[in-house]
Amino acid sequence: MTTAALSPTTLSKAALFEAQAVKTSARRNRLLSLPALIIIGIFGVLPLVIICVYSFLVAAPYGGVQWQFSTDAYLNFLFQRDIFDDTLQFTPDFLIIYLRSFLFAVVTTVICLLLGFPTAYFMATRPPAQRNWWVLLITIPFWSNLLVRTLAIMFIIRDEGLINNALIGLGVIDKPITMLYTNFAIQLGLLYAFLPFMVLPLYSSLEKLDFRLVEAGYDLYATRRQVLWRVIIPLSKPGIIAGCLLVFIPALGAYVTPLILGGGIHLMIGDLIAQQFGSGRNWPLGCAQALILMAAVLVALFLYVRNTSGKVQHG
Amino acid sequence: MAEPRMMDIKDQPGFRTVAVICLLVLYIPVLILMIFSLNSGSLVTHWEGVTLGWYGTAFLNDEFHAAAKNTMIISVTATIVSTICATLAAIGMTRVKPWRGLAAAFMVINLPLMVPEIITAVATLSFFALIAGAFGLNFGIGNLILAHTVFCIPFAYMPIRARLEDMDLTLETAAADLYATPWNAFKRITLPLLVPGIMSGAALAFIVSFDDFTITQLVAGPGQTTLPLYIWNQIRRPMTPEINAISTILLMVSILFVSVSFLIARRRAK
Repeated sequence: MTTAALSPTTLSKAALFEAQAVKTSARRNRLLSLPALIIIGIFGVLPLVIICVYSFLVAAPYGGVQWQFSTDAYLNFLFQRDIFDDTLQFTPDFLIIYLRSFLFAVVTTVICLLLGFPTAYFMATRPPAQRNWWVLLITIPFWSNLLVRTLAIMFIIRDEGLINNALIGLGVIDKPITMLYTNFAIQLGLLYAFLPFMVLPLYSSLEKLDFRLVEAGYDLYATRRQVLWRVIIPLSKPGIIAGCLLVFIPALGAYVTPLILGGGIHLMIGDLIAQQFGSGRNWPLGCAQALILMAAVLVALFLYVRNTSGKVQHG
Repeated sequence: MAEPRMMDIKDQPGFRTVAVICLLVLYIPVLILMIFSLNSGSLVTHWEGVTLGWYGTAFLNDEFHAAAKNTMIISVTATIVSTICATLAAIGMTRVKPWRGLAAAFMVINLPLMVPEIITAVATLSFFALIAGAFGLNFGIGNLILAHTVFCIPFAYMPIRARLEDMDLTLETAAADLYATPWNAFKRITLPLLVPGIMSGAALAFIVSFDDFTITQLVAGPGQTTLPLYIWNQIRRPMTPEINAISTILLMVSILFVSVSFLIARRRAK
């Protein structure tokens, strides 16, 4: 490069040119998000708008909807219209299924946390090479086919399944214990399905734990239990919240697990919604039920956002 | 009083036991399912001897072939489209000055992760029913490809974005300083560095598409059976170890892709 090329005017021109180029390319780069946004917008967001609309329409006799405004779908959620005098009668059937699903999801979240926290902590305190193996071993079930994993549980708890065969073989029982198609089966399936969803976020939070704080705790004569409850758990709160959310939301809307392990006898919200689009042939009711589930999920997400943003302010 | 500090400060009593129990609980049912795919008897619960025959039965089964073909068409197309879209979006959302609506765009990309699958399933079903009714539009298996692409995008997006954020910007700045056009700088610098992220994202997109049951079951039309749907159809008939064999194949595919994605990520960390 000659000195002439570095004269102030050339330099500033070059700088100006460069700034311009960066700016236009930066503005153009923004457009690169468009294909993804358009696809999700049309085939992901628009369908959600459509079910909002559908929930205010009337069911067509063979599935689908008739374009006629009605709030029946929401009324039917809690009431049933009497055939004779047309009065509304409180019918808590759907509400019970929602409450039961909520209970299933809460129990799943709590037990997953009780099992997942020690596991994640143990993983995070291994030497790095061992740690990688543990993470891979938890990651594999996280991404494995949920239908197949649920099927594996079904094979074990069936009347002719491994547990019953073993117990009969050992002479503990002489008739198989019915486990499949019970609430126990659903609960077990949910725990099995979502345990990895708890462990991984907990692990990524505990991995960053500053053990000097743990040491400080011991230096101040804290017992192991005190260090756990007063130092480690408070520090890993973001991971605990993220893990609980990652378990609670899919557990609340679970579909495959109750479908296979509940056998259509013990319903959860997911099956109830799918039923309206299948044999129930009441799409508006199904849409309303889906939106009520969505509202519950949004409340959970809202609590999460409020909790984590509050954390940033204090920290 | 303080005992002589022989203990490791990181240890907590009983945690090792819980961790080992968790691992056993996660793996034993699946391992049993896999072992019974080798059962020479025709019952899924009574062990009689070792055979690979059920894999043969599965491979010779026309329905299995059709399902495997559908699955591959859907998963491969959805993976390619979603990975391209996710790569572009990740660049458009990291290599820019923050623009108005960036936060909203980020939310839209991640939306499929926040909405429970069953809601996405019935919403997509309603959507395709509506456009079929109103405009007579039916894309056939394209319906499933579009539905899968939507939920694959955020899965492909995450590792690509993470890679872009970790990337050393000095190389890109150096290219720009040396008068590389934005396109050349991207092609010669950013893209090669981004490849591991893209591969990892594509692997995850493929797994979630390959394994999807809920959305596929509700959206699929006649003749659009995928492998998970085929398994579901088999559960409702008298079961033979063939179902274990097919399940094992599905698990192996997942394990393969997870391991690939994991190894790529680990090499990055080194």
